[in-house]
Amino acid sequence: MDLELLARIAPFIAEAALVTLELTVVSAVIGLVVSALVVLARFSRLAPLRWAAVAYVSVIRGTPLLVQLFLVFFGGPQLGLDLSPFTAGVLTMGFNIGAYMSEGIRGAILSVERGQSEAARSLGFGRLDTMRYFILPQAAPLMVRSLGVNTIILSKGTALVSTVGVVELTYSAQRLVTSTYKPFEVFAMAGAAYILIIGIISLIVRMVEASFDPSRRAPA
Amino acid sequence: MMLDFSQVPGYGGLILTGLLWTILITCLAGAVSILLGVLAAVATLYGPRLVSLLLREVAFLFMATPLLLQLYLLYYGLSQVGILLPAFWTGVIGLGIHYAAYNADILGAALKAVDPGQAEAARSLGFARGATLLHFVIPQAMLSSLPQMGNNSIMLLKDTAVLSVLGIAELVLNAQRAISETYRPFEFYLVAAALYYIVNLAMELALKVASRRAEVVR
Repeated sequence: MDLELLARIAPFIAEAALVTLELTVVSAVIGLVVSALVVLARFSRLAPLRWAAVAYVSVIRGTPLLVQLFLVFFGGPQLGLDLSPFTAGVLTMGFNIGAYMSEGIRGAILSVERGQSEAARSLGFGRLDTMRYFILPQAAPLMVRSLGVNTIILSKGTALVSTVGVVELTYSAQRLVTSTYKPFEVFAMAGAAYILIIGIISLIVRMVEASFDPSRRAPA
Repeated sequence: MMLDFSQVPGYGGLILTGLLWTILITCLAGAVSILLGVLAAVATLYGPRLVSLLLREVAFLFMATPLLLQLYLLYYGLSQVGILLPAFWTGVIGLGIHYAAYNADILGAALKAVDPGQAEAARSLGFARGATLLHFVIPQAMLSSLPQMGNNSIMLLKDTAVLSVLGIAELVLNAQRAISETYRPFEFYLVAAALYYIVNLAMELALKVASRRAEVVR
């Protein structure tokens, strides 16, 4: 290991890691919004909406993220959709991870006991109020873990947007390798940055989980 | 601008060749991932403490960093230490090792879940430790982890697209070749996506059938 080299490339890696973090956060937010809409559609009373949601999740999960990204970034201009690499990246990744997240949310909602919603409905609550005041509060703790796992998968997936020219961790690392010819040092450092980002995400997941756990909550 | 698929049939041969390579890479890398996954899971569980600890750390590194970064490391790193491997095998091995880490994780849990009575019975019938593992414990663990390992293989199929970045002529790269001649990115990437989707559905169906049969055998 060449320590001097590590010190020299560290600022570049750190700067690129911030871009990776930004890609992850923006895509995750888009993913959450998309997943909420997909789940709403899947529990809709309109059959075509349900079918559309099922088809969306199936197609997104059944095709490679890289192909989706190329379709949006290189194919988009043909449809009048001229996006910057960053925008194309976060939109594609957001809509992609949204499909995966929706499955976790749906699973959590379905695992809330049926009697809960029957009881709420029989007390006169509407469908939406039942969802909002009875089902979601009980389902929320159950979906934290799967949303966290999906966000971690997303953070690793951001490496793919290097292929359309977003200067994030993987792109920077590759460029540093071609200028220093030290692949092990450079990629090890970039890898460490990814592990740090994943560590931060797991920490947040654990904190959110703890906040839902009454046994670990500080007494009021 | 309207979509125009009229150029696609002319490149049908190129696209289908790419699809065949994608399927071949999936099979080869899938085999590597299962073979290495089994070896790693067994070594982690039954090997010496140091080996077990080391393997766990290595598996974590593979699961916590992007596949693309690992492929680049293998691609540039091997040539730096003087190992000249064609890009194709770099890709197959890199993809195989990446998913071996995930398979080892799943199989490790499945191995622990095999009823200890099975091994005790085999041992009392005179089978040696290794033979007991090979003929009784590992097959049962593989059967019970079939659904999850199958899912990993489906994810592996989708990740073969990443190998196009290394210049391996699979479905995505061949689509790019067609695009560079026709300037029709949307059409060709859509066709590529549709082909991935079809293979994906076929694999899901095969996995469902296989899982049901595995359930019967168990």
